[in-house]
Amino acid sequence: MPKLKSALELEELREGIVSKRDPSRLCFTVCSGTACLAIGSQPTFAAFEKELEKQGLKDRVDLKPTGCPGFCEQGPIVVVYPQEICYLHVQPEDVAEIISQSMKGQIVERLLYVDPVTGKATSRESDIPFYLYQKRLILGNNRLIDATKIEDYIALGGYKALPKALFDMTPEQVLAEIEKANLRGRGGGGFPTARKWKSTRDAPGEPKYVIVNCDEGDPGAFMNRALMEGNPHSVLEGLTIGAYAMGSHEGFIYVRQEYPLAAENIAIAIKQAEDYGLLGKNILGSGFDFIVKVHKGAGAFISGESSALMNAIEGKVGEPRPKYIHTAEKGLWDKPSCLNNVETWADVPFIINNGAEWFASIGTEGSKGTKIFSLVGKVNNTGLVEVPLGTSLRDIIYRIGGGVSGNKKFKAVQTGGPSGGCIPEQYLDSPVDFDELTKLGAMMGSGGMIVTDEDTCMVDFAKYFVHFLSEESCGKCVPCREGISHMLDILTRITEGKGQATDVQLLEDLARMLKEASLCALGQTAANPVLTTLRYFRPEYDAHINEKRCPAGVCKDLIAFYIEPDKCQACLICARNCPVDAINGGKNLIHVIDQSRCIKCGTCFDVCPPRFGAIKKISGEPVPALILEQDRVIQRKS
Amino acid sequence: MVTDNSEADVKKINHILAGYKGESNLLIQVLLEIQKELRWLPKEGLIRISQELNVPLRQVYHAVTFYKAFSLVPKGKYTVTVCVGTACHVRGSPRILDRVEQTLGINSGDTTPDFKFSLETVNCLGCCAMGPVMVVGDVYHGKLSLDQVRRILDSYD
Repeated sequence: MPKLKSALELEELREGIVSKRDPSRLCFTVCSGTACLAIGSQPTFAAFEKELEKQGLKDRVDLKPTGCPGFCEQGPIVVVYPQEICYLHVQPEDVAEIISQSMKGQIVERLLYVDPVTGKATSRESDIPFYLYQKRLILGNNRLIDATKIEDYIALGGYKALPKALFDMTPEQVLAEIEKANLRGRGGGGFPTARKWKSTRDAPGEPKYVIVNCDEGDPGAFMNRALMEGNPHSVLEGLTIGAYAMGSHEGFIYVRQEYPLAAENIAIAIKQAEDYGLLGKNILGSGFDFIVKVHKGAGAFISGESSALMNAIEGKVGEPRPKYIHTAEKGLWDKPSCLNNVETWADVPFIINNGAEWFASIGTEGSKGTKIFSLVGKVNNTGLVEVPLGTSLRDIIYRIGGGVSGNKKFKAVQTGGPSGGCIPEQYLDSPVDFDELTKLGAMMGSGGMIVTDEDTCMVDFAKYFVHFLSEESCGKCVPCREGISHMLDILTRITEGKGQATDVQLLEDLARMLKEASLCALGQTAANPVLTTLRYFRPEYDAHINEKRCPAGVCKDLIAFYIEPDKCQACLICARNCPVDAINGGKNLIHVIDQSRCIKCGTCFDVCPPRFGAIKKISGEPVPALILEQDRVIQRKS
Repeated sequence: MVTDNSEADVKKINHILAGYKGESNLLIQVLLEIQKELRWLPKEGLIRISQELNVPLRQVYHAVTFYKAFSLVPKGKYTVTVCVGTACHVRGSPRILDRVEQTLGINSGDTTPDFKFSLETVNCLGCCAMGPVMVVGDVYHGKLSLDQVRRILDSYD
């Protein structure tokens, strides 16, 4: 492809692409993000290829693998355009029917979304409640784009903001626009983006570097993955505009090792942008040069911290350093460096295209624009949710997420990753933005939202995060290294039933020390999961410490499984599934659990047919005495 | 004890290193490439990397022991990775991990004596909606239940 030498040539290219596309032409899209691949979208796509070939339709209809639309729970997802008919859980054997019905303009009813409450089917994708109540600015194009084709992005108006910035605006004007939009960092910190850009721009020293942080180490968060895999050019365009504003000519994209598809797709995108002259020397004839390199991570949570990430790009160990000198002044190779989250960069082209006022009209007083959340855990519609900042937790979890799964009771939503906190039911009407959740002791963070139900033990949950952080602490500073592991020791003994009356006080003291004395944010915020669970779920801690009881029935040392003799129908299912042969039973012989052998894996509890419901989880009370041998025989009516 | 380096391994390492002479800032990228190719990093390889990239061996060793992606011992033919991220955790990944450990007879971080499987955990694969998730080789298995574990592992030879 020829290098574009001016904005006009780019527009001509766009017109050429659009004119060759017929919006009324039948097109099948198959979600090919990592999550859908995990659930088997590859065979579904292959079935489409085969079937279209077989029916001789290859030249008459289009087939496109797309990025993640976010409704991961229902994957693999197929959408048929132009009618935008959305099919869920599509298996290879469904493909022939979808194609033949679509050719006739018909719908395959059985694969449509059915509302679990009303039982009503919905055919159009955007009418599904999960999508209906979202505002998908950043994520919306994922479902329309084949990430490996720059033409798809250009056809949808991509790379319009770049020439606007390069030719119609000075770097100062770009900066002023971002400032007016009041864009704040999407990675969790919420720092004003324009202030960061300005510091980098004004800092003495050349060259200056711009960096995309796609480390996304928070477990339970995957919006950056979806964006990087599904619409990499939107990130590249934002990055290039930022580089122009800051006077940088070299950028890095740091992708975590666990996201191989994201690294692959961004590398393809960079190559294509270079080929078209949208990256490289003299971009679009503007005289502005900019190159981008991809750096793959090697598996370290702490490397997502800005100074640590810069160390990692330099080929060193990704450990943080004290930031009394900001990375904007001395970052990568001690040069001025600006690092932003994937989503922050992707916001930039929207602001340049539509103006700061438009962007600032979305959201709340202090938090503008939309934010993508990854709604996961015990919720019906898990997936990616993009809403204006300020939307309430209740709207996100119930209206969009469809409520708690399995008819269980909501307990808490954990936001902000391992440094965030657990928010209980009484605060569900709180608006989600940078400032409100912080008041509750949690934080918005990068956008992970993990819903928990009555089966989650909050002490165990806090222990989970502290364990995570103890493994991920780099060990450079003592308060973090020793403080977190001490906290883990205390939480572990509480969950083992060995908690002491002074433990809660000790946890609070450690939390204060961590906050004040740690080198970086990992240690400073490490106590949040403990502090919020103590604040909102104190009775659970007390039950563990004082009564040696786990109310949720999770902590293995505090629970036992018991078969209720009057309910057991001697079906042998539990005995067959027990991995350690701890269940004694036979035909017409009531089953009993050998407590000394039981490893409390809970398999029997899961497999016992619900109509019997004979397995009981016991906590805080002794296991009833074994049923007498002569009473074990079940007398059945013949 | 597996020998530290077979001739074929040295050849592969030299082949990869050929493109990176003196590129000290690409240390992590080179290590990733070699780890992917050999599934571990033999001592001889680390020495060669140090020489070729002009990075002190101490610094190479620091990086290798810091990052989770690297291994200083040989790995099995298939790496079984159980996601223990938060979303998978609340959906029961601890029990999945227990079951995998029981089925393979090894703990997380270890390799079966026949070098068929290595077991690892990961803190999030970004497939949270599919949890609990386990990856064998490069195949993702989502929405996993306990009784599927053995069947999946048995299907690899």
